[in-house]
Amino acid sequence: MNNPFKKAFYGASLILLFSNSNVVVAESLTIASASNFAETVAALVQEFEAKSDYEVRLILGSSGRFYSQISNGAPFDIFLSADREKPAALVTNGLALPQSRFTYATGRLALWSEDENLISGDSSVLSTDEYKKIALANPRLAPYGKAAMEVLTALSLSDDLRDKLVQGENIAQTYQFVSTGNAKLGFVASSQVIKNGALTSGSAWLVPEDLHLPIHQDAVILAKSKENSAAHAFMDFLKASEGRRIIQSYGYGLQDL
Amino acid sequence: MKFSSDDLTALYLTLELAATVTLILLLLGAPLAWWLARTQSWFKGPIGAVVALPLVLPPTVLGFYLLLAMGPNGPIGQVTQSIGIGTLAFTYPGLVFASVLYSLPFVVQPLQNAFEAIGDRPLEVAATLGAGKLKRFFFVGVPMAKPGFFTAAVLGFAHTVGEFGVVLMIGGNIPGETRVVSVQVYDHVEALAYGQAHQLALFLVLFSFAVLLLVYGIQRNSYRMLFRLNS
Repeated sequence: MNNPFKKAFYGASLILLFSNSNVVVAESLTIASASNFAETVAALVQEFEAKSDYEVRLILGSSGRFYSQISNGAPFDIFLSADREKPAALVTNGLALPQSRFTYATGRLALWSEDENLISGDSSVLSTDEYKKIALANPRLAPYGKAAMEVLTALSLSDDLRDKLVQGENIAQTYQFVSTGNAKLGFVASSQVIKNGALTSGSAWLVPEDLHLPIHQDAVILAKSKENSAAHAFMDFLKASEGRRIIQSYGYGLQDL
Repeated sequence: MKFSSDDLTALYLTLELAATVTLILLLLGAPLAWWLARTQSWFKGPIGAVVALPLVLPPTVLGFYLLLAMGPNGPIGQVTQSIGIGTLAFTYPGLVFASVLYSLPFVVQPLQNAFEAIGDRPLEVAATLGAGKLKRFFFVGVPMAKPGFFTAAVLGFAHTVGEFGVVLMIGGNIPGETRVVSVQVYDHVEALAYGQAHQLALFLVLFSFAVLLLVYGIQRNSYRMLFRLNS
């Protein structure tokens, strides 16, 4: 080791090694969250990290994919599903802690368009010729898509609109179809277009909850993270008044605990 | 194996899409590859690089930009609206357009290799015998590059059948219009319908293997072409 650059390199590595070991005392936590909850969970994580020493890794995607990944050993600690069935099935299969399961949010559906004048706060636009394509999440895969189909059935429109429907693989892609204007309007999660009770852009109709079955979204801690204190701390944070306030501010409903 | 009618629709749509795209690509790709093989122009480098871009770019990049460009405010969307055909996203023609872009290098590069392999001599001989530019292309270039056309057609077809990311991003999952087999398999898996997924996926594996085996059996030369494309 006679090269001065080499010496400098090893010296720097040693310093990094020691400085790192001082930082990584906090337990880390990996959350797999349904994509409809993306912005809300990001806000929750930010607040949670500010209040604790825990480090959170956030992974967004569809609940169905997370379910298969968890069944095949994915290294997550908490699963925030877009439905009730998948966390329940994980508990049944012994992959999640039964006592950890609870409903962290109840989803609301919004019919939304980037066009400010298209939707006048009710469903009337649906039976007009003002649009060629209407986007919704794939009803077979996404709870918000299933709820959207229930709304169309309740309004007796599902047959008339069959040729206008385009499906996103999840609610994030559905939002993308509408926000790029490729579909003039679509059923999205209200949390995607409402911040602090106000619409962020365009026009929308907040779909009344009696037009579809409730979208209960359940959370679980995975069985192999039983001893992870960060996971338990985050679940407590979701149930505490501060967490609940954040969830509500994105337009979600809450259940009594 | 017994497929549901949705699966059959998706299979038929995929084959139709791949056949259409292959035909368009051979018609467009041959002159382009000929030009790339013979030109001394300064543009050869940049155009060749653009043709090869889909080899490198993730389908998500292509899909994302196509979605923006095809939208009512995007450049492609503006053109298609002004000629009265609306926007291309979520339509079969839109899928054909995207697939032509996506599979372009898989057709152009084998053709270009084949044209380059002919060398200058046969064309010079043809020229001294009085053959013009078009005649040299049709009566010397194309016949001598026949194995290249074969490889190009197979690769273009196969690559379009195997397309997934771009279709997922611009398709909108419409049965009989944009729901191709790869998306159908994905949906089965996401819906945890592993039985249906297996059936369709296994069929695709066998089908693809059979097609490639047939091709390589008929034309051992095309194997070398494929190897050259990848190296």
